[in-house]
Amino acid sequence: MAGLSLDLLALQIFTGLALGAVYVLLAIGMSLIFGMLTVVNFAHGAFFALGAYAGFLVLTLGGNFWLALLAVPIVTGLLGMAVEWGLVRHLYGRGIDDPLLLTFGLAYVLVELIRIFAGTQGLPFDTPDALAGAVDIGIGYFPLYRLFVIAMTVAILVLLWLFLERTRLGLIIRAGARDPEIMRVLGVDTGRVWRLVFGLGTAIAGLAGLLAAPLQGVSPEMGNAILADAFVVTVVGGMGSLAGAILAGLLVGVIVSLTALFAPEAGDVAIFVLMAVVLLIRPQGFFGRAGLMS
Amino acid sequence: MSAEHGRRMGRRGVLRAAAMLAAGAPFATRGAEETPIRIGFPVPITGPYASEAADQVRAAQLAIAEFNQAGGLGGRRAELLVRDDKLDPGEAATRAIELIEKDRVDFIVGSLSASVQLAVNTVTKQRGVLYNSISQSDQIVNSPDWGPTTFHEAMTPHMTAAAVGRYAFEKLGKRCAYVAADYAYGHEMVAGFRAVGATMGAEELAEIKMPIGTRDFSTLMPRLQALRPDIVFLCNFGRDQQIFVKQAHDSGLKRMTHIVAPILLQTARLAGGAQAFAGVLGGTSYYWGIENEVASAKAFNDRFRKAYDGHLPSDYGALGYSGVRAVLTAAAKAGGTETAKVAAALAGMKYDFYKGPQVYRTCDHQSVQAVFIIESKANGSVPDDVFTVLATVPGQEDLLKTCAEEGLG
Repeated sequence: MAGLSLDLLALQIFTGLALGAVYVLLAIGMSLIFGMLTVVNFAHGAFFALGAYAGFLVLTLGGNFWLALLAVPIVTGLLGMAVEWGLVRHLYGRGIDDPLLLTFGLAYVLVELIRIFAGTQGLPFDTPDALAGAVDIGIGYFPLYRLFVIAMTVAILVLLWLFLERTRLGLIIRAGARDPEIMRVLGVDTGRVWRLVFGLGTAIAGLAGLLAAPLQGVSPEMGNAILADAFVVTVVGGMGSLAGAILAGLLVGVIVSLTALFAPEAGDVAIFVLMAVVLLIRPQGFFGRAGLMS
Repeated sequence: MSAEHGRRMGRRGVLRAAAMLAAGAPFATRGAEETPIRIGFPVPITGPYASEAADQVRAAQLAIAEFNQAGGLGGRRAELLVRDDKLDPGEAATRAIELIEKDRVDFIVGSLSASVQLAVNTVTKQRGVLYNSISQSDQIVNSPDWGPTTFHEAMTPHMTAAAVGRYAFEKLGKRCAYVAADYAYGHEMVAGFRAVGATMGAEELAEIKMPIGTRDFSTLMPRLQALRPDIVFLCNFGRDQQIFVKQAHDSGLKRMTHIVAPILLQTARLAGGAQAFAGVLGGTSYYWGIENEVASAKAFNDRFRKAYDGHLPSDYGALGYSGVRAVLTAAAKAGGTETAKVAAALAGMKYDFYKGPQVYRTCDHQSVQAVFIIESKANGSVPDDVFTVLATVPGQEDLLKTCAEEGLG
């Protein structure tokens, strides 16, 4: 290709990593719920869109972006807990297909509700003033807001890791994922623990939607496309593995970015080719436990 | 506009009936019970072009209401049968077949994508039904897609690119890069710009085709920044266009180059926000702001405002209006809905419904019309005040391919 310089390649890879951070953000909520509950949450994309709309509502009601960052995960988290309590929990222990189909249907309902209440037309979502514009990062100009998204992704991951690995509740969650029966024998209300995990997953999905809103605007269908992306990242990384989701997300970002440089038409196909190759060589994904899906 | 609505006799209906009786048309009132003129209207109600489609429906309903208020065709009322084609050629073809065979429509107007309108056109052509397409395409007025019942109210990519390209290459620079949606619309627009560019000494730096429905264009920015073109021609549409502009704004690309969209959509601009779109140039088939210069635009805007709560019609919405009104006007001229007669009335028909003079060219049924060059404002006085009209390129045949070039000579 003509005009290919080292700077361009470096900026392209950096852009890919930044895009990868967005993919990681999209996938961790889904990965968390699957890892702990063995529920493939196909309503993940709908919670993502709900998060963006909730953020828009906060702004419309006179709030600012920072307030939305706080309010949105609470709203989508509580909604997720309500969904778990009302729908998902009745399907535990009934194989992987039932909750998958349930959440798949739920996604349609939620997106349709968005269309009814907020209209089919997309809504504008400006980048917050403090984060607008591009900065020179040495190899070229890069949007400041994307740097912020990377920082937020890292912060969410660190907090999540600290929560799961360093708190008593995190210990209970991890233990419950391994052997729920023993946990119940020990007197732990596993039902509440699952509800919390599901809510945490949807809270992160909503937060991801809010963070994506200044990148692409807000529309009812915004979650549909990312559901496929999040699923690919989750599968490639290994269903249920957070470390896998991080590695896979970054890898997908870089692959998409390099595809855009050399063969942009193939952008849609590239990540599915990656998924097919990984699944052929390592069916459980990078860090997945073998047999979890069976 | 349901059939029930048609049967109800309002104050206007009574007055009209009285007027007809007075005019010595004793059987005219029977028209109220006659079969209505049915116009099938497949548009992508759901999907990335949903907001444009919703506006097309509103505007088309206005044309129907006007026709009915004016007494219809000898008492025969018109009705619009809106169907969701989901922006899918297969879905659109199925809906078109249903409209023709089950709903017995007289005409089809609609669709909002090059490939979808071609699918509808294939169905209507086979079944000898008149189809007026309101979405951009070159192919539809080319052999072998074009047929005697095919009409094209929208502009073609070739004429749009010709008008916008002439302006851009003259005023903004010669070094250009193309970002195109990887389907007919994008390909045809790029071809159109290339044709103009060749005559004006333009230099093409890159053509980047992206899949339709792309949500993230950030990966294109490094290369576009490195190329430093004078102009980036953005040959995509709807949400794709809106997302690209937003991300180009955030990446700082807009500061070093001009972004020019052959079709700059009002709906995309409204959904994308003023901040992101400020300074983006483009072409359009219609912008309400021409109402101070064009009398028919003023009249159309006022009727639209009245019908829809003070809202103004969008570019693609207006096409829904003129597409439906053209067919109904021709039916009135032909004195019936027989396809051959209406087609004959439409071919060569001169009209000025909303944007100044237009005419359906006889040899390919393409509507020859003005192209407006617009620029997005940083901040307007009212929400709909989004563009400045930089230039009006009047409807001339030299913007179009000749019918011989289209294989119809």
